[in-house]
Amino acid sequence: AAGMFLRLLSDVQWRAANPKWRGVTSSRRSTSTTAEPHPVSLPAQAQVVICGGGITGTSVAYHLSKMGWKDIVLIEQGRLAAGSTRFCAGIVSTARPLSIELKMAHYSNKLYQQLEQETGVQTGYTKTGSISLAQTQDRLISLKRIAASLNVTGIPCEIITPKQAVQLHPLINIHDLVGAMYVPEDALVSSANVSLALATAASRNGVQIHERTSVSHVTVQRGRVTGVETDRGRIQCQYFVNCAGQWAYELGHSGEEPVHIPLHACEHFYLLTHPLKEPLSSSLPTVVDPDGRIYIRNWQGGILSGGFEKNPKPLFTEGRNQLEIQNLQEDWDHFGPLLSSLLRRMPGLEALQIMQLVNCPEAFTADMRCIMGESPTARGYFVLAGMNSAGISYGGGAGKYLAEWIVNGYPSENVWPLDLKRFGTLQSSRTFLRHRVMEVMPLMYDLKVPRWDFQTGRQLRTSPLYDRLDAQGARWMEKHGFERVKYFVPPGSDLLDLDHSKTFYKPDWFDIVGAEVKCCKEAVCVIDMSSFTKFEISSTGDEALESLQYLFSNDLDVPVGHVVHTGMLNEKGGYENDCSIARLSKRSFFMISPTDQQVHCWTWLKNHLPDDSNLTLEDVTWKYTALNLIGPRAVDVLSELSYAPMTAEHFPSLFCKEMSVGYANGIRVMSITHTGEPGFVLYIPIEYALHVYNEVMNMGQKYGIRNAGYYALRSLRIEKFFAFWGQDLDAFTTPMECGREFQVKLDKGMEFVGQEALLEQKQNGVCKRFTMFILEDHDTDMDVWPWWGEPIFRNGRYVGKTTSSAYSYTLERHVCLGFVHNFDEKTGEELVVTTDFINQGEYEIDIAGQRFQAKAKLYPFSSLFTQRRRKDEVELSGYQRE
Amino acid sequence: FYLTPPQVNSILKANEYSFKVPEFDGKNVSSVLGFDSNQLPANAPIEDRRSAATCLQTRGMLLGVFDGHAGCACAQAVSERLFYYIAVSLLPHETLLEIENAVESGRALLPILQWHKHPNDYFSKEASKLYFNSLRTYWQELIDLNSGETTDVREALINAFKRLDNDISLEAQVGDPNSFLNYLVLRVAFSGATACVAHVDGVDLHIANTGDSRAMLGVQEEDGSWSAVTLSYDHNAQNENEVERVKMEHPKSEEKSLVKQDRLLGLLMPFRAFGDVKFKWSIELQKRVIESGPDQLNDNEYTKFIPPNYHTPPYLTAEPEVIHHKLRPQDKFLILATDGLWETMHRQDVVRIVGEYLTGVHHQQPIAVGGYKVTLGQMHGLLTERRARISSVFEDQNAATHLIRHAVGNNEFGTVDHERLSKMLSLPEELARMYRDDITIIVVQFNSHVI
Repeated sequence: AAGMFLRLLSDVQWRAANPKWRGVTSSRRSTSTTAEPHPVSLPAQAQVVICGGGITGTSVAYHLSKMGWKDIVLIEQGRLAAGSTRFCAGIVSTARPLSIELKMAHYSNKLYQQLEQETGVQTGYTKTGSISLAQTQDRLISLKRIAASLNVTGIPCEIITPKQAVQLHPLINIHDLVGAMYVPEDALVSSANVSLALATAASRNGVQIHERTSVSHVTVQRGRVTGVETDRGRIQCQYFVNCAGQWAYELGHSGEEPVHIPLHACEHFYLLTHPLKEPLSSSLPTVVDPDGRIYIRNWQGGILSGGFEKNPKPLFTEGRNQLEIQNLQEDWDHFGPLLSSLLRRMPGLEALQIMQLVNCPEAFTADMRCIMGESPTARGYFVLAGMNSAGISYGGGAGKYLAEWIVNGYPSENVWPLDLKRFGTLQSSRTFLRHRVMEVMPLMYDLKVPRWDFQTGRQLRTSPLYDRLDAQGARWMEKHGFERVKYFVPPGSDLLDLDHSKTFYKPDWFDIVGAEVKCCKEAVCVIDMSSFTKFEISSTGDEALESLQYLFSNDLDVPVGHVVHTGMLNEKGGYENDCSIARLSKRSFFMISPTDQQVHCWTWLKNHLPDDSNLTLEDVTWKYTALNLIGPRAVDVLSELSYAPMTAEHFPSLFCKEMSVGYANGIRVMSITHTGEPGFVLYIPIEYALHVYNEVMNMGQKYGIRNAGYYALRSLRIEKFFAFWGQDLDAFTTPMECGREFQVKLDKGMEFVGQEALLEQKQNGVCKRFTMFILEDHDTDMDVWPWWGEPIFRNGRYVGKTTSSAYSYTLERHVCLGFVHNFDEKTGEELVVTTDFINQGEYEIDIAGQRFQAKAKLYPFSSLFTQRRRKDEVELSGYQRE
Repeated sequence: FYLTPPQVNSILKANEYSFKVPEFDGKNVSSVLGFDSNQLPANAPIEDRRSAATCLQTRGMLLGVFDGHAGCACAQAVSERLFYYIAVSLLPHETLLEIENAVESGRALLPILQWHKHPNDYFSKEASKLYFNSLRTYWQELIDLNSGETTDVREALINAFKRLDNDISLEAQVGDPNSFLNYLVLRVAFSGATACVAHVDGVDLHIANTGDSRAMLGVQEEDGSWSAVTLSYDHNAQNENEVERVKMEHPKSEEKSLVKQDRLLGLLMPFRAFGDVKFKWSIELQKRVIESGPDQLNDNEYTKFIPPNYHTPPYLTAEPEVIHHKLRPQDKFLILATDGLWETMHRQDVVRIVGEYLTGVHHQQPIAVGGYKVTLGQMHGLLTERRARISSVFEDQNAATHLIRHAVGNNEFGTVDHERLSKMLSLPEELARMYRDDITIIVVQFNSHVI
């Protein structure tokens, strides 16, 4: 009933504020019999068609029209803001763990604040602030980490005591609290009205809005969007934007060329009450009690309270059914635990009268992050959906980034963590999504300690060695559906419940990984690295080489058998991908990229390679098992198994050769290890995988071989200052900024993507610099460990954030990698960062509110650990991916 | 002293029994799906008995609960014998002849009943010959009588009850050369038992009741809610008709002494029962039998004690009242239970708990606030209670066990309170009877597909 009231109210305003609006409902309302029987007809063509009139769709329309695009049609199957948006709790919260999410929410907040003034539509914007409560010390640490991140972004935020919390909100019961985080600028809005305000502004800017119109499918020709079929006719268009919320998955699958959008709806409940005897002030802050799984905001003198329960109810697995969202049942029994939690947090509400339990389905995604970007298979097909119940917080910012993406070809921030292309078809199974979102929804409020993994939807992609490794004590994590070993629990170890003892402090696996690292340094370890994306590019003529020379910054015209580390850059010189390419023959290349590059890199190559039948690109990821042999004795193991000399004279570093190992022939052996340590990676056709593994392990015994996992690899590569794509490197980072100028051949005799931008940087200098920090006064045993995203302070001033960190068993210190900027003290403008600037600073790293002194370094300790192998190059660029 | 939940469960489940009517071709054509039964002792040994059997020579199923008093001998005997008497009463003339001929010629007997017994439900081996002879005499009489009319279930039930009680009485008067048996038949006759028996044949449900056990029908209304329909009359002082009957059967001069303190002659709670010859025989007969009986009987103060104001026996009868009910689709189950259940729980609650148990948690009516004024606190209480109910449902695989759990463990809010349950079940033997009575329950589930 409350929802309906809200809805009616907004309709009235909508009509008054927007006389130009050409909707269906106005003609339906008309009592005149001579009124046109059909609403305003759809245009035959438009530049952009947006499907979905919720917060995301209206936000995209708003931002596109602001950027000057006018030829836009927004289609809504029902009424504007009538889906999840209508039911949304209306909390604008900036306390987000991910930097990009935080920025989106921050922008949304600022946008909504001025929206009423801009459009005349009342948005109900009230700056109430929010309080996040911590019932445990670990929760408080996680809040402190967020607080540090908020503060350096310019969002006021403080960690407060329980007593201060009760002063801000007198109803809170604080007896079980250890602390809280207060974000004074968080706000409340009427989400439907925000959406209507955005629609109003967009409409004024020329966007056409058509309600009660359904998209049946999107037509694609030659890999490009050509139009949209609706129940009221066809619209030709160049761009289509799928903002269909929880229907986005189905809409994506409706066309001939499916667009996989891995999201799934879950029921979401919140409670509305009548006003208190003394009605609550509308400025009372919103309370989030993640340990109690609930949020509580003031609502018309009473409260609105919902949460993320442990046992969510997924729905619409089999697709849309007859059930209208509006008719979903309230389920008090399901809400019971959240109600208990609410009354525990605010016992004073016992006598408060219930108005309604609202059941409002929300779309959740496979990894708890929203989905935006262009389809890998259909150019011009954009998506913005899967807001994980934070649609109002993200809507404004997400709409802006997507509009920029459509107009400029790329958004103004690194949105890779949200990019649709981080997923492939493999995350698109309905069963997988159903199971995964049942895990994701409770995770919204679960305490997430470093290196948590999803537990559902596992063991999808595995190496042929999976069972062998598992039997030897492997503990697994997952990347892009692929199971990868974290470390091996030694036999007889009583650490079987390792996975349950996760902590912000020194983890239980510390000694286990330490032993693996030691073995890599002193003997030899084998790590299964089969998950890496592997492509083969070949041509009948020189097309392959020419194309790659254009797409990659390093010189690929190397002798056959050489391996080249190189970035795949965009026009701005930023890393779209970072890979190793082996020249197999004059006309064919073997390319290794990070695991989650499978879709992105493929799409990038497809979009940039000439449409030439002589050129073939093949994804051979599944064809090879990769074993990484790390350590000084790797050479001995391999030469014994192949009867071939493997020493540096015969097999220099960054070299690739097909050879036999054991009985198996055709093994691609590369002298790289992705760690800076000596060793080889073996690319083994999968049918030989078990044989080669067994041979290596048997032969390796006398050299002390053992299995190792990615945690050891991570420690090794970070202490060697190896950046990896997706963690340290992104589309906004250039080789110049991370000390990899040597991988850029500006003078290789031909033009390549990003060349101009890099030349400019070479002349003008860089505005950020990838730097390595050694923590000085950090106690590994007692202090909270760094992870990534920790603010870096130079001479007391914020200069950037860490991007990854690990304990270096060699240095016996923590090593953090991160970017140092030089923000102008007054304007905040980014100034040039010089080597002197880096070297002449006193650095501190903020870990959950505590600052630790750090020593900055621009070059690794590599000379201490490795000897030069090939005269001209050292393996100085890892691209380990996590 | 505190019982853990598993200990509580092992006590509650010690006597549980379930029977599912077998299906043929994946279909159950019987109107009965099956039954759950259980009993929880308060007396040591327990004085309640239960029986269940399928009639093999006629159609139908028999189920009964028997509440003994002054010992368990009578209840035990009735639980073993009554269904045979009923089955025989129902048999057509030809079948009776066939059986008699088989016995006569020493051929194998047609089986009459298929029993559904818990391992703890025993039959007396020693007395079987004696009991068989009495039964045979009964069917021989029936053969001689040969009324030629089709057997009426009501008549058959009444006849069987009365005949068995009569045989119990006679056996005690005649005695037995075997001293063990002699003592047994006397104990049976001098102790007593009520009986509440259901006979289900297709849609015809007959309840024959003697005493204060009760049969309750669980009816599901169209809106899914449950209502209770009582299918028996309690024979005790609370039943005005029953008091009236007793008074009619005796001279007006005894009117004041007949029912005292809600008891028959100030002594007996049920107004009808098997055995209890102290309320049936003349004083002379009682004295003669006791004097000629074994020493143990003579030493027993109870048996020797003659009820006060004992002028015009018999004061007690085993004749049942029979209620016939045609089963309807909404009739989902029948509960037969001794008074140990009914004195702790209201019939409406009993039916609701069983109904919700049998239809499963998922069919639990969702709560809707609707137009009501409900506070957060009230809703919270309501939900907590529902959760407790659900969690106790999950523990039980047997409707009767589930009901006993509630009967013993319910707190003032109608939810199972483990602490209370634990206390009630850990009472020492001598105290248990003060807080609770023996409870015996049979829950029969009907097959809505057939009805």
